[in-house]
Amino acid sequence: MNWELFPQFFATGLLTGGVYALVALGLVLVYKSSRIFNFAQGHLMMVGAFIAWWFVENLGLDVWVAFGAAIAATALLGLGVERVALRPLIGQPILATIMMTLALSQVLQGATILLFGASDRALPNLFPLQPVIIGDLRLKLNLVMAFLVAMLGYLSFVVFFRFTKAGLAMRAAAEDHQLAQSVGLSVPRIFGLAWMIAGLVAAIGGVLLASISGLSLVVSLIALKAFAAVLFGGLESVPGAIIGGLTVGVIESLAAGLPADPAIRALNLGEIAPYILLLLVLFVRPDGLFGLKRIERI
Amino acid sequence: MALRLAGDFDTSYAHDMATVRNRGQWAMFGAFILVLFALPFFADAHVVGIINLIGISLIAAQGLNILVGYTGQISLGQAAFMAVGAYTSAVLVKYGVSFWLALPLSGLSAGMVGLLFGLPALRIKGFYLAMATLAAQFIIPWFFRNVRVDIFGGMPGMKLTPPELFGIVFNSQQTLFFPIIGTVIVTTFIAKNIVRTRLGRALIAIRDNDLSAEVLGIAVFAYKLRAFFLSALYAGLAGSLWAMYARSINPEQFSLGQSVWYLGMVIVGGMGHGLGPILGTTFLRLLDELTVQIAPMLSKVFPQVETGLLAALGPILFGGSLMLFLIFEPHGLAHRWEMLKAAWRLRPFAH
Repeated sequence: MNWELFPQFFATGLLTGGVYALVALGLVLVYKSSRIFNFAQGHLMMVGAFIAWWFVENLGLDVWVAFGAAIAATALLGLGVERVALRPLIGQPILATIMMTLALSQVLQGATILLFGASDRALPNLFPLQPVIIGDLRLKLNLVMAFLVAMLGYLSFVVFFRFTKAGLAMRAAAEDHQLAQSVGLSVPRIFGLAWMIAGLVAAIGGVLLASISGLSLVVSLIALKAFAAVLFGGLESVPGAIIGGLTVGVIESLAAGLPADPAIRALNLGEIAPYILLLLVLFVRPDGLFGLKRIERI
Repeated sequence: MALRLAGDFDTSYAHDMATVRNRGQWAMFGAFILVLFALPFFADAHVVGIINLIGISLIAAQGLNILVGYTGQISLGQAAFMAVGAYTSAVLVKYGVSFWLALPLSGLSAGMVGLLFGLPALRIKGFYLAMATLAAQFIIPWFFRNVRVDIFGGMPGMKLTPPELFGIVFNSQQTLFFPIIGTVIVTTFIAKNIVRTRLGRALIAIRDNDLSAEVLGIAVFAYKLRAFFLSALYAGLAGSLWAMYARSINPEQFSLGQSVWYLGMVIVGGMGHGLGPILGTTFLRLLDELTVQIAPMLSKVFPQVETGLLAALGPILFGGSLMLFLIFEPHGLAHRWEMLKAAWRLRPFAH
């Protein structure tokens, strides 16, 4: 074990975890309000990042303008997806919604290849490349900024849920669809809003991720690690998504970096650490750290 | 209960239970088997290849149908269990075991791994259980990619020598047809009949309401584990046949995308229906074949995406048809077929 490297890997993991947290946030928002677990979140991220790339490459927009435009476009895409694909499934069993988001991920995958090509693309850097040096730690500025954006996103959601009318309505719908409807809230509209926000969060995460690790079809796989984060934190909990995301990031980084033995390093433990964590959570505490325990009656 | 033809009476309990009910059906059944086994002698290798692929997918889809359709448990890991079967066969053949012995053994080994990943069913169900199988879908290919590279061959995977029996080498589509379709017939027979046994009825009770099933005295956990075992066993058989069919296996062949395809086959065909996997697998595989056929034509129309057109069209058509089925016909093709049959029998009346 390379314990002397612990702080470095811990910090890197924490920062990567920031991006996972952002993805997890998108998943929790949709699940909280509509009880749909969005397996296509990763593909929404990928599409968002590719749209940003397209705006830069073909329209010659400034990186930050393209970033903003891509966020808007992906939010609209999220809205459209809810309207076309998920709304007809209200009241259907859980398998139908799972399959719908999986089918959606396939369609998005194909559409991305069709519209943007299958080859790897380079997104211009959002931030300068020089590293941030704190004591012994060397951290990529990209990662630090991504982490800060994720935290900013988290804080703005806390504010949104606590102090705005729309946020209150979403919390009400999350509590009980029928009760929310009976006090005059439009539940379908709330679902639409949730998917719009999910698209928005996805685009932010996708662009940040693409600026860190390059833009390709692989971006969509990152969200799969965020699944572990969401279950660890609890499906309904916004703070849980953040804590889960950070934990998964740290565990992944430590599992990949700490073992000193080359035979163990060759196993690429970082690749499956999130899923081992996922299995452990399911065995020990299926509802996650802050999830709600559901009581069932016949 | 489906409508019966006039004059089709049950004269004994055995007759009441029979799947093939009368002389006409026996004749059709016999003719079907005859045509099926005569096919490789006449048909083009390409056509036989498609049928072989349908057969392999069908076995995996039937297993998934037991778990998803009859027991109501969602599994996102069918491709990973296929990987277990494929690698078991490849390793056994590598160490000199006959493929014909390796085939059932790989089914068993996949079943055991399936049991392992079914264990979380003790505490969780529905969506959470789907997540446990998702973990399997990542852990198993990781295992074959990174652990004991000397045995499993790591990223490039393993190669197989074609099996032999009575001097016949199974290295062409025509020869592969017989072991594949033979296995398909056995698994179809078992899948059809499992549902009509005590086991199958317990599984259906669990699907319809697991709490009520528990109250009725069904050991829910034990039966769920059996469903997991059976489903993974089918996947293992399919994987073993796939290894023989492809002759070169690597962990990338058993991705999450493949698992989604198998789920798609079950849903498009009709969950919890014996005919479902057959119709769904055929439909989606033919759709895939159609994509392969039309992609070169379309690439003349859209020259700018020439390279990725096939990779793009496949997922779009698959995802798109799955979405349409989920919205407009969640009961799948099998339900449509039943409706068509009923309408035919009642003709010329509407009801």
